[in-house]
Amino acid sequence: MSGRDNITNNIDWLTVILFMSIAFLGWLNIFAAVYDESANQSIFDMTLNSGRQLFFMASSIILIIAIMVVDFKFYDTFAYIIYGVVIFLLILVVFVAREISGANSWLEIGPLRLQPSEFAKFATALAVAKYMDSAGFRMDRLSKQIVLFIIIGLPAILIIAQGDTGTALVYSVFVLVFFREGMSPMLLILGVAAAIIFVLTLLVPNHLYLYIGIAATAAVIILFIKKRTFKKIGLVLAGALIIAGVIRSVDYVISDVLRPHQQNRIKALINPDADPLGYGWNVTQSKIAIGSGGFAGKGFLKGTQTKFDFVPEQSTDFIFCTIGEEHGWFGSLLTISLFVTLILRIIYISERQKWRFARVYGYSVACIIFFHFAVNIGMTIGLFPVIGIPLPLFSYGGSSLWGFAILVFILLKLDSHRMQVLVR
Amino acid sequence: MDDTRKNIIQLIVIVVAATFLIKLFSIQVLDSKYAQAANSNIIHEVIEYPYRGLIYDRNGDLIVFNTPQYNLTVIPKDVKKIDTTKFCELFQITRQEFVEKLEMAKKFSYVQPSIFIKQLSNKDLAKVQDYLVDFQGFDIQARTTRSYASPVLANALGYVSEVSKRQLERDTIDYYRQGDYIGQSGLESFYEKQLRGKRGVHYVIKNVRGVEKGVFDEGKYDTLSVPGQNLVSTIDLTLQEYGESLMAGKSGSIVAIEPSSGEILSLVSGPSYDPNLLTGKDYSQNFSLISADTAKPLFNRPLMAQYRPGSIFKIIQALVALQEGVITRQTYIPCIMVPMKCHYHGPGETLIGAITNSCNPYFYNVMKRVVNRGISESPFEDTRLGLEGWNQHVKSFGLGSPLGIDLPNEKTGLVPSVAYYDRAYDNRPWKYSNIYSIAIGEGENLVVPIQMANFAAIVANRGYYYIPHLVKSIGDSGQPLPQYTEKHFTTVDSKYFDIAVEAMANVVESGTGQYRAKLKDIEVCGKTGTVQNDPMPDHSVFIAFAPKDNPKIAVSVYVEDAGQGARAAASIASLMIEKYLLGGTERPHIEEYVKKGEFLY
Repeated sequence: MSGRDNITNNIDWLTVILFMSIAFLGWLNIFAAVYDESANQSIFDMTLNSGRQLFFMASSIILIIAIMVVDFKFYDTFAYIIYGVVIFLLILVVFVAREISGANSWLEIGPLRLQPSEFAKFATALAVAKYMDSAGFRMDRLSKQIVLFIIIGLPAILIIAQGDTGTALVYSVFVLVFFREGMSPMLLILGVAAAIIFVLTLLVPNHLYLYIGIAATAAVIILFIKKRTFKKIGLVLAGALIIAGVIRSVDYVISDVLRPHQQNRIKALINPDADPLGYGWNVTQSKIAIGSGGFAGKGFLKGTQTKFDFVPEQSTDFIFCTIGEEHGWFGSLLTISLFVTLILRIIYISERQKWRFARVYGYSVACIIFFHFAVNIGMTIGLFPVIGIPLPLFSYGGSSLWGFAILVFILLKLDSHRMQVLVR
Repeated sequence: MDDTRKNIIQLIVIVVAATFLIKLFSIQVLDSKYAQAANSNIIHEVIEYPYRGLIYDRNGDLIVFNTPQYNLTVIPKDVKKIDTTKFCELFQITRQEFVEKLEMAKKFSYVQPSIFIKQLSNKDLAKVQDYLVDFQGFDIQARTTRSYASPVLANALGYVSEVSKRQLERDTIDYYRQGDYIGQSGLESFYEKQLRGKRGVHYVIKNVRGVEKGVFDEGKYDTLSVPGQNLVSTIDLTLQEYGESLMAGKSGSIVAIEPSSGEILSLVSGPSYDPNLLTGKDYSQNFSLISADTAKPLFNRPLMAQYRPGSIFKIIQALVALQEGVITRQTYIPCIMVPMKCHYHGPGETLIGAITNSCNPYFYNVMKRVVNRGISESPFEDTRLGLEGWNQHVKSFGLGSPLGIDLPNEKTGLVPSVAYYDRAYDNRPWKYSNIYSIAIGEGENLVVPIQMANFAAIVANRGYYYIPHLVKSIGDSGQPLPQYTEKHFTTVDSKYFDIAVEAMANVVESGTGQYRAKLKDIEVCGKTGTVQNDPMPDHSVFIAFAPKDNPKIAVSVYVEDAGQGARAAASIASLMIEKYLLGGTERPHIEEYVKKGEFLY
């Protein structure tokens, strides 16, 4: 049995098919997003995004083959080195970078323009997996947790320094991975609770109601505690005070920490109709495009809102608008189903790994794709603030496509060798 | 490790996906407002304004035509990052005006164009055209406005302006929209339906920057604009211009009619204004100037000024009396200066002489014979019966009610009736001795100049008239409105008109008209009138037609505060006749006399 046969026999073809289908649908929609009937364009035209995306797709196949032929131990062995290289590149970008739409996240190497932040995701995933797989690692140890947060925090901070807060937010999703690997759910719960309180604070103009609500909740909790010790009551009261503090701080965070365009994105989420031509424009137009699709859509290449530029960034961040407009709810259902299936399949693959390195890495892949999927589609339909991150495999862009190809196929490579690893 | 945590993560994924699908279902399938919003994003209504009908004079010369005017329009949604300072400098507005205008436009619509600056001239357009690309959201919309070949006929033509709020409210069939033009007076208003044409609409698809991307739904909902119908006016532009030049600096009117058709050859109202002032950018400014002018240039005197008819009325009295058989051509009445004074002429006159010399006591007696026939014992009742018959006769000359000319706001004049005097005397009894001043055209009688011109035409026609009108052909029909082809007869027989004609010929040949109305080659028939206007000088009035046989033109001239009819009015009337029949005057001294305008000694 040669190595090549080993790969093809053991590779998870379902994932490959899902991957290819999503990329193919993305390619069609990239064409549709800018299609101009009068110009008699071809989808293969290299001056169009769709032509270039086809080139990116072809080149990612080369990348995939390369990933597949490298020894599977390589990713484990070189995880920290890869991570180190990527961190170096990110630092480099901060100093020598090409500005594109407000963010300095591009690195030019000859004719090639790369976005190192797209590659930082898999590198970070490898490093996290390697560290968690290391001898003596225990999830419940605070010192180990701190190291983990440094591993994911470092690239995130560097990416924020480039001005690309959206991509940096992706690293928060590693919390889900840590949770899977045994971290206390408190952090997850606290995070969700903080988010809910944040949004509630924005939605309820009179904060007095919130304070009353908190006080009432605290009172009820104290009332239902079985053994009312001084310590427990104190804990509840302290919790209530902290939440009240968060509410007090929201206004400060909104107006002093966030930059104006970020403030507007949050305002647009809460009430896009307040300024439909200003900060509400993107969300309003995106919803109009998707909403006008109806059940079955207007038909392939028949959309108007995206190709007439009402929707901004229609090939990249707002690519889902094309699906919504031209293929309606049915197309949206199909697209969302493909992503959910892919994510669940990757979780399934992760779960069948005996090697912790592979499992952690697999969960990282699933969670990163999930975060992109959730935030990207969420923002196009007005459920999340506008955070400029692409829809995986779907949005136009070489770095993004290559980044996700590397993410997914390293996992498939590891998965194809799962029978060869010994459980530690 | 148990599956709980795996399941929680999977659950999160599924819950998020389900939330998306529910939200998508609600905006895509349940809520139709997004589909509508998408349409209003891309579909733009482009209105194709129809070409308003042109107006020609009777010889085919243009009087009213259209010139392109350019409005600067704005779509507030598309206004982004423009250099306001440069903009204001270019269009010569202040920053505050800019902000206010933009606010107004926003109030109207964010996505529909509204007019930002009205009616840029060709010169302005050339200046700003190259810079327009810098001002996203602004565009030039071509419209046409009215232009007038000659600065005359303003009151008859009327003017066109933007439809007012009140007119929009009254427009029950919703033909007009804000910003549309509508004829506001004169022919423009009377023939609005024929002139306006039909608005066309087409729907185009535009991208977010307003670049056209094709027609909507293959033009299924588009309509073509239909140009308005052209009008051929009865006006002789040359004669009109001449008339206005004669009336310059005076108050009054000239009405010239072709008797055989009722076509109005010229309709001069003085003072007037240049119709070109009420078109274009400065419309509102000029309009307030003109309407505030104390000389009332917007007052269309030929139709709206009511005067007492004066001596001219004696011809009507004579005709009515002849018809009633109470006098004959030979009836002699001594001029006894009672109860009315008279001019110095012979001791008495027969009918022709009485008209020629405008004898007041003669016509006092003529009307007395018409009104008091002795049918009733009571002089009161007798007068009532007589006046009733008299009123019918006089009204048949087109007096006392609007003639029905194709212009708005025609005044009626007044022919006193029994009911009128009952009201005036508050139902106390009255008889001829109370009302006799109407016998010589003073008293309660009122006429408007157009009625007097029509009366001249009636005599010229020996007893009938066509309603005077200004448009002889609408569109390609070659026909005026049907009511203008209908002959109207008076209640007086044709044969009696020969006496009136003869008397009017006499007036010019040897009477009051001989000095300034007599022409060498044309036999003019006329009658002077001098309308008392205490304490101001009398109004000078003259009616005439010529030639005596087969008349081509009938004229009435009113010159206010100009004294005797034989002076100003007779001169002007005869000059008009000369101009129309001969192409110019052979009596330059008369023309000079008129233009000098010193008629009161």
